[in-house]
Amino acid sequence: MEFAMPLFAAIIVAFGLIKRVPVFDCFANGAREGIGVLYRIAPTIFGLVFAVNLLRSSGAVDAVCGFIQPAAEFIGFPKEVVPMAMLRPVSGSGSSVLLTGVFEQCGPDSFAGRVASVIAGSSETTFYAVAMYYGSIGIKNIRHTLVAAIAADLTAFAVSVVTVNAFL
Amino acid sequence: MLNYIWSAIVIISIICSVACGNTHNLSSAVIDSGASAIELLMTMAGVMCIWSGIMKIAEQSGFSKIIAKIFSPLLRLLFPSLDPEGETFGSITMNISANLLGLGNTATPFGIKAMQGLNRINGESKTASDEMIVFVVMNTASLQLLPTMLGTLRQSYGSKAPFEIMTCVWISSACALAAALVLAVGINKTGLGRK
Repeated sequence: MEFAMPLFAAIIVAFGLIKRVPVFDCFANGAREGIGVLYRIAPTIFGLVFAVNLLRSSGAVDAVCGFIQPAAEFIGFPKEVVPMAMLRPVSGSGSSVLLTGVFEQCGPDSFAGRVASVIAGSSETTFYAVAMYYGSIGIKNIRHTLVAAIAADLTAFAVSVVTVNAFL
Repeated sequence: MLNYIWSAIVIISIICSVACGNTHNLSSAVIDSGASAIELLMTMAGVMCIWSGIMKIAEQSGFSKIIAKIFSPLLRLLFPSLDPEGETFGSITMNISANLLGLGNTATPFGIKAMQGLNRINGESKTASDEMIVFVVMNTASLQLLPTMLGTLRQSYGSKAPFEIMTCVWISSACALAAALVLAVGINKTGLGRK
C-alpha cells in the first residue's frame, strides 16, 4: 500500500511521455493551480484553527464528550472522533483541522486516529455539495436528496469503525 | 451555515472556559492557533502542489478520459434515460472520473455542466429530477482511489504506515455510496415528490 502513491505518479508521468505531452510544463501549471487553491482556503483554515483551538482548551469538548461517551462507547465509536464526525458533512477544512486534532491527541496509528482517518477519506462535505449543485441551477425542491446523502455519511461512520476493527 | 457554527464555537468556548475557570489556557490557545494554522497549511501545501501538478499531466495526456471510458458502462445503468453519446452524459462521466482521481477542481465545472444539462432535460423546473438526485448523491459520497492528502497528514503526524487505512477507506466509501444509491434509486422508483 505504501508504494501506491509513487507508483501512481510514475504511471501518469510515463503515460504523459508516451502521449508526447510536455510533462514538466504541465506539472508546473498544475502546481500553480495548487498554490491558488491553497491561497483561497488559507483564511478559512486560520479562522477554523482559531475556533477549534479555543474550543479544545476551554474544556467544552471534554464536557460534551463526557456526555456522549457512554453512548459512543456503547456502539464502539471512539469518543474523540465525535466532534470531527459532526463537523464533517458541513465543512471540509473544519474537519481537516479536527482530524489533525485527533492525531495530536491520540496519535494517527491509534484506534481513534485510524477511525478518524477512514471517516475523513470516505465521507464528503454533504451540505456544501448539495447547496452548490442545486444552487447553480436554481432548484428549490430537492426531494429525498438529503435523506440519501446523510444515509451515506452515517454508513461511512459505521463502516469505518467496523473495517478498522476488522483489518487493522 | 459556517457563520453560525463558527460564532457558536467561539462564544461557547469563552463561556465554558470562564465557567470552568481555565481562562489562562484560552489566551495561549489564541496565540498558538496562528502558528498551528501555518503548520497545517504548510503540510497541505506540499501535497496539494505536487498532486495538482501530477494530475495536470493526467488531464492533458488523456489519462482521465481513459478512466471515464472504463466507468461509463456502470454510469449507463444509473442514468438509463440519458443519451450515452450526449453532452450531459459526457459531463457526468468526466465529473465522476475526476472525483475518483482526486481532481476536485476539475470535477466541479463538469458537475455544474452536467446539472445544467439535466436542468434542460427537466424543463427548467424548480423540482429536482430523478437523475439529478442520483448525480448529486454520487457527488456527496466520497470516491477517491488515492487519498493523498489524508496519507500526507497522517505521515506528518508521525504515522508508521500512513496508507494502511486505504483498504478501509475503499470499503467504507463503497458501502456509503451503495447505501446512498439504494435509497436514491429506491425512492425514485416510488415516484415520491415527483412534479
